[in-house]
Amino acid sequence: MPELAAQSWFMLQRQGRNLLRERVWVALLLIQPLVWLVLYSQLFTRITELGGFGTDDYLDFFLPGVVCMNAFFAGSWSGMATVTDLDRGVIERFLATPVRRSALVFSQVARAATQAGIQGSILIAIGLAIGADIAGGVIGGVAILVAGMLLAAGFSGISHALALIFRREATMIAAANFIALPLMFLSAILIARPLMPGWMQAVSRFNPVDWGVRAAREPALPGTDWLVVASYLGLLAGFTLLTAGFATWAFRAYQRTL
Amino acid sequence: MEYPALDSLAVDAIVAEGLEKRYGDVQALAGVSFRVRDGEFFGLLGPNGAGKSTTTRVLVTLTRPDAGRAAVAGHDVVREPERVRRSIGYVAQASGVDREATGRENLTLQGRVHGLRGRALRERVDELLSVFGLSAAADRVVRGYSGGMKRRLDVALGLVHRPQVLFLDEPTTGLDPEARTVMWDELERLAKVERLTILLTTHYLEEADRLTDRLAIVSRGRVVVEGTAEELKRDLRGDAVSVELADGRGEAAHAAVTALGSVLEAAVDGRILRARVVNGGAAVPGILAALEAAGVPVESVTLARPSLDDVYLHHTGHDFRSDDEAGLRA
Repeated sequence: MPELAAQSWFMLQRQGRNLLRERVWVALLLIQPLVWLVLYSQLFTRITELGGFGTDDYLDFFLPGVVCMNAFFAGSWSGMATVTDLDRGVIERFLATPVRRSALVFSQVARAATQAGIQGSILIAIGLAIGADIAGGVIGGVAILVAGMLLAAGFSGISHALALIFRREATMIAAANFIALPLMFLSAILIARPLMPGWMQAVSRFNPVDWGVRAAREPALPGTDWLVVASYLGLLAGFTLLTAGFATWAFRAYQRTL
Repeated sequence: MEYPALDSLAVDAIVAEGLEKRYGDVQALAGVSFRVRDGEFFGLLGPNGAGKSTTTRVLVTLTRPDAGRAAVAGHDVVREPERVRRSIGYVAQASGVDREATGRENLTLQGRVHGLRGRALRERVDELLSVFGLSAAADRVVRGYSGGMKRRLDVALGLVHRPQVLFLDEPTTGLDPEARTVMWDELERLAKVERLTILLTTHYLEEADRLTDRLAIVSRGRVVVEGTAEELKRDLRGDAVSVELADGRGEAAHAAVTALGSVLEAAVDGRILRARVVNGGAAVPGILAALEAAGVPVESVTLARPSLDDVYLHHTGHDFRSDDEAGLRA
């Protein structure tokens, strides 16, 4: 186990270092959450008049939602890094060394979670600065961040598995788009649950994105039930383990095709 | 195939026995067998598509064979892949360097993956950077490296952990002639200095001739012959005649020449007719007369001792360069 942790850490360092060299990428990474936050909260300002939001201020409602949205987008797209590594022969080079396949997967999952954590912190900081309230205080903020990081980690497992199965950028882009938008609309990220049609509410129960939204919104709004927060975070943790397992399996499947 | 008896103390670094591998309709390996002794610089020579890379990928545990068995550094590649991976360095045909990282970062990560840490790692990285002439570029991102530098870094990556066996899959393909010569010098020195078994695959006859102690010629998924380059050439009796034809009538030329009793075998590649004859001096007038009679004009004639081209022709019945181009198109 220490070996697995060490190897994952070395691989995570590599990704972090390479990404930080991409100045434009870093700039967009920091600015993008701000764009989400401002555009959506402005667009939907008056929607709370419909009722069911648990607050009059859409910003309070949307802040945990946008942390989740940003996080699961980051996770869904993270497999692109694996496609690039496959193309450039980097994965193959590592496969002929003692590095564990699971270390390659864990480092990617951890990278997606770290990225979501950084972006989530920026979102929360800006949200608070422009007048949002988090009812659960500091612990509530941390819970929102953890929900986002688990969402990113969980979806990155799927994304890396798909990368290893398809191995093509164009297919990855199509798959990420195909998955991301429907899952967003089948959750309560943008609007209050009671406003969703019945069938959508029913489907959203099985949507991990919505688990994240529930875990993140509960501590953001008044009347927090911490048991609900803990349950959904637990569910997300299970989801993350499952998808990381899927990605590790995809690695073995990929190697069988070599 | 019979293997020479080995010194009882010497353990073979690589053993491949009857390796088979199929991809869809393509039988990439149809029973590859050979042995590489400890400390030997061994070449797998063959045209494109002969199965050299697939053989290497089986030996470095990237691919499982459909049939046959193989051991590297005393470990079975299918049953003990972990142990094999700790004992080998692998330089793939396509570069595997991380282009967004510096040369030093690439080497450091590779060393860490192999369990090197701290000062030992830093010193080994510095040493390799200097040996491969990369010290000045060590802290630059690889994207800006020349093809030759990138390839030398690839080889250095395979050596970080001082492996027992190094696999070099076409290390000079795609390099310009100057970078190729630099790489050959590096590899020659490497073979001398480090006590290392090297398996090199190549489709350059000259490269196999110059670098390897012993080689196996691979064609269509099989080893057709194994030995030192000298032995293989010596085993061919006679001389090699190379005729440059003035026009492209290769088939007519081939038919005219093979009808002669003095010609042991012949093959045509474009405008070059290669033939092996018992006695060059005596056979050339006959060849020229036969070509003239067939109405095939001749540009020039050269006579030489048999080369590895002739060895390939003799053992496969094909021209090496034609097979190489056919393999590239396939």
